[in-house]
Amino acid sequence: MDFMNILRLALRALARNKMRSLLTMLGIIIGVGAVIATVSIGQGAQYLVQQGIQSMGTNAVFIAAGSNRPGGARMGFWAVKTLTMDDLHAILREVPLIRQAAPAVMSRAQIVYQNQNWNTQMQGTTPNYFEIRNWPVESGSVFSQDEVDMAANVCVLGTTVANILFDKANPIGQTVRIGNLPFRVVGVLESKGQSVMGTDQDDVIFAPYTTVQKKISGITWIQFMNASAVTQEASLAAVPQITALLRERHRIRPGEDDDFFVRTQSEVADLANQTQSVMTLLLGSIASVSLIVGGIGIMNIMLVSVTERTREIGVRMAVGATESDVQNQFLVEAVTLSMAGGMAGIVVGLIGSALISKFLTWPTLISFWAILIAAIFSGAVGVFFGFYPARKAARLDPIEALRYE
Amino acid sequence: MESPNGNKPPAHSGDGVLIRLENVHKTYDLGEIQVHALRGVSLEIKRGEFVAIMGSSGSGKSTLMNILGCLDRPTKGRYFLDGTDVSQFSKIELARIRNRKLGFVFQQFNLLSRTSALENVELPTVYAGIPQAERTKRAQESLARVGLSDRADHHPSQLSGGQQQRVAIARALVNHPQILLADEPTGNLDSRTSVEIMDILQRLNDEEGLTVVIVTHEADISLYAKRALEFRDGRIKRDSLTQNRLIAKDVLPTLPALSDADDEEETAAAPGARDAPPAD
Repeated sequence: MDFMNILRLALRALARNKMRSLLTMLGIIIGVGAVIATVSIGQGAQYLVQQGIQSMGTNAVFIAAGSNRPGGARMGFWAVKTLTMDDLHAILREVPLIRQAAPAVMSRAQIVYQNQNWNTQMQGTTPNYFEIRNWPVESGSVFSQDEVDMAANVCVLGTTVANILFDKANPIGQTVRIGNLPFRVVGVLESKGQSVMGTDQDDVIFAPYTTVQKKISGITWIQFMNASAVTQEASLAAVPQITALLRERHRIRPGEDDDFFVRTQSEVADLANQTQSVMTLLLGSIASVSLIVGGIGIMNIMLVSVTERTREIGVRMAVGATESDVQNQFLVEAVTLSMAGGMAGIVVGLIGSALISKFLTWPTLISFWAILIAAIFSGAVGVFFGFYPARKAARLDPIEALRYE
Repeated sequence: MESPNGNKPPAHSGDGVLIRLENVHKTYDLGEIQVHALRGVSLEIKRGEFVAIMGSSGSGKSTLMNILGCLDRPTKGRYFLDGTDVSQFSKIELARIRNRKLGFVFQQFNLLSRTSALENVELPTVYAGIPQAERTKRAQESLARVGLSDRADHHPSQLSGGQQQRVAIARALVNHPQILLADEPTGNLDSRTSVEIMDILQRLNDEEGLTVVIVTHEADISLYAKRALEFRDGRIKRDSLTQNRLIAKDVLPTLPALSDADDEEETAAAPGARDAPPAD
């Protein structure tokens, strides 16, 4: 018998028991919906991380004071005094893979404008920092190298700080007070949003590092530097060179721990991607369990259906259905249930992920592959879990089946 | 032990022979014991005959019916259906024979629930690979033959027992079979409805020359057949032409009219409700 006829028979049989068919599908609907929704959440997270990593600037290398040895007693990079501007210049001079580098001298700052005041992070750096971080100004400009050399009292505001202190007014050219010192605002940066770690990257104020070192913190060292390699591959190759150079400059004997650490953006990216992939896989596999449970539900109902319709099967055989006709009918019934459930599940998953991204403000990314795989998988579930009941139906002896009470 | 006696059918296989069994045995192997359901049955049924197979339960009549109906194969012996030896046919070939040459009517009607009468009648045509338009046409014709054209859209639950059995007969006729096999077709019906069903079978037999074989354990029903086979212990004990055959058409007017109650109660009829049919 041809496929269209079998499909028609199967659809009629399912239509005779609409409520049961719907409930049977529910397992698959939930399973597929869960897979689609969780994978879209996972992929959304991955996308977020990638965005964050890109916003840190490509080819970036991060060199910070302090030990990065896991375990062991670790000193925060605030406390270690060994990293200096001389190290930065040495790196630029002796590691040609590094194209540019900017220092960071960190301090907390109480910043006041008229009757507004705000406690924020103050970072002393050089103008090329904004290039390395790929972070342009929204208005005004960044401070100049001359102003760095002169340790001028100028600053560039992150948008969060600008909004808090100035609301809608234009901050450019205004004077704010940090500690006891007046600072002229020369620029406001574009918003960078949340970092990968979830902190507000715009809640910050930048000033020349010389100013922060001499007038705010009273120190001579720097806490870390943001460097940029010529290419992404170069950033990885530069790590051992920088390490060797700094160990030599800091006179660290072989066997002793580094008093600094070097990390590249691609390492961070790999790590973050890996974490997210594992997350997505984990979520996806938990969701697949529900898909399998849905499949077992189909098998369960199909077995009940075979038993319940034993006489019907007997009649079909008596009027000329072959074993394969019966088997195909039940198989097509199971696959129809699971495929229809799969389609509905995809819709439910799409709606679910749309709701999640709307109400939880979590980005979701619908993957074409997730949908395709869910569709194929739901069909496969039908074939797999429908086969045994269908086989059972086909193997019935028509005489026994007709006599079945 | 005795050889079949009574009115012996012609032994030679002329052109009119539709069914011929040659020394058919059926043995069920139940592990420790073997059950001999048929112990050497030889039989000929000609085209246009109306045969009733009688016997108590365990006599082998149901086993014979299953073999005649190509639902089962003999352990030993040969079965010629319309000149073809089908005793060694494969399951698929048997399914095809059932579909094309045989029509079944059961005691329990065995209609598909929540399915219209028309679709029920259509069922065998689906497995015959007939196109949809032709199927519907044939099913309508078939329903007309049993006088149920007006109930085509009704579901079995909306039909009386007699009507359900008529739908079942229409289903059996839809592929224009050579033989109609009915297993206790009146077993679930009250006496008047039983006679109505026998009337339909007699008409099909008389007017269209359809060969009809029924299994029944009720002597009065067997009187509507032209020939009766009585089974005992897996053998044909008696094979006789019916003396004083009953004609349902003539019997019906003598029965009390129950047609008003037709739609509700006939499936519930107890065997005791069946009065002995009047002698003709």
